Amino acid sequence: MIQIIREMLSYPFILRAVIVGVLVSLCAALLGVSLVLKRFSMIGDGLSHVSFGALAIAMAMNIAPLKLSIPVVIVAAFFLLRLSNNSKIKGDALIALISSSALAIGVIVISRTTGMNADVDSYMFGSILAMSDEDVKLSVLLSITVLILFVVFYHQLFNVTFDESFSKAAGINVSVYNMLIAVLTAITIVLGMRMMGAMLISSLIIFPALSSMRIFKSFRFVVISSAIISVLCFMLGMVLSYQYSIPVGASVVVVNLSVLIVCSIIGKH
Amino acid sequence: MSIVECKDITIEYDGRIAVDGASFSIDQGDYLCIVGENGSGKSTLVKGLMGLIKPNSGGITIDKELTQGRIGYLPQQTESQKDFPASVYEVVLSGCIKSKGFRPFYNAEEKQRAKDNLKRFQIYDLRHKSYRELSGGQQQRVLLARALCATDALLVLDEPVTGLDPMVTAELYDTIQELNTRDHVTIIMVSHDVRMAIKSANKIMQMGQKVLFFGNTKEYINTPYAKALLGGEQG
Repeated sequence: MIQIIREMLSYPFILRAVIVGVLVSLCAALLGVSLVLKRFSMIGDGLSHVSFGALAIAMAMNIAPLKLSIPVVIVAAFFLLRLSNNSKIKGDALIALISSSALAIGVIVISRTTGMNADVDSYMFGSILAMSDEDVKLSVLLSITVLILFVVFYHQLFNVTFDESFSKAAGINVSVYNMLIAVLTAITIVLGMRMMGAMLISSLIIFPALSSMRIFKSFRFVVISSAIISVLCFMLGMVLSYQYSIPVGASVVVVNLSVLIVCSIIGKH
Repeated sequence: MSIVECKDITIEYDGRIAVDGASFSIDQGDYLCIVGENGSGKSTLVKGLMGLIKPNSGGITIDKELTQGRIGYLPQQTESQKDFPASVYEVVLSGCIKSKGFRPFYNAEEKQRAKDNLKRFQIYDLRHKSYRELSGGQQQRVLLARALCATDALLVLDEPVTGLDPMVTAELYDTIQELNTRDHVTIIMVSHDVRMAIKSANKIMQMGQKVLFFGNTKEYINTPYAKALLGGEQG
């Protein structure tokens, strides 16, 4: 096992993928606890499809992909949150609507420009080859920002997640923190999407939180264990992906699924 | 001394007028019960008081000492709280959120306040348990303890006994009554239960979009609302 890992890390592109992957898994797991508990799991899914659309347009216009997709996805996150709270169309229907529309637009843009090729495949299902040096720098910077904000506002996020009404009455600016969650989620998704793929990135958000909730009883332990589970699952998924030549996104999801099953069984006893 | 003053407030909710021109004032130490049928605007009125919904017209003046942060609120439970993984201690401590401000951690005094409130409601032994594993009555005690971490002046409760069995309901009412009489906490409670309201509150408000009655409990007993609800017993 150690031999394999050493061999893997000797490839610079795998090393880059591991760095980005670990950081993204960590951020996704932390935010995931709040999102799952707030019943916003599907927002991750919706945002990844919006990100796919934005990426396709960035490619077509020859812009650096992250520079376009991060702002677009942040705006989308903002709208999803806003609309799912106020609108006549219920949240889940709205997310399905936005994600399929964004996907459709993305596919049309790609087929009119570069044509449906290996790129599309790697956007949909992820590729570890996608990370450039600049991506790694940006990812490290953004992930650290996400982590710091999460730690600093941990208690506020707990309040807003557990009971919005009480928090509002206590004078907490709930919409600011909801926005914070949305923006951090958007950044995390964009960073992770090209490696995990648009179809699979939301699993990084949902699985670790669900697994931890089966076993742990306090919010703090759920958060900590989600982070640990997420990073370990990513590493194991990466190794499996390397060993058996399977796409990394899919193998990480399958590892996460196995952990969830194990946690559910342990939780029952 | 009046701590909450409402002048002619009207609140629209879900596209219809839920509260229509309500005017009243609440004094320090009052125990006010807001009663009325489903959809009579009780909860909406309270949400307006708490600043959760903005009134369409009219004015709410809340004593400066109490504005935002010094009001303890016990909202109706939400769906997501039923499987929420949080320890009892975490939930109660989260009531100190306002005094914590932008400090990233709670300080010793806030932790002590949480512990005192755990003891006050006899849930100290449950503090490491998960909120989702508690019974309905225990959960309400936890939320009461949390609310009292935020304030010891004004407590606002929105149908706190929904879904509790009669024994637990009676106990919870006793606890709330004690907070009012012994600790001088001003109470505003939305309730279905007119009998209980008459028994424990000193002021009653009957809602039906408009404020149909607002005044002392003694006067309320002689209104047609009370007579209709209580049958012949009191009359």
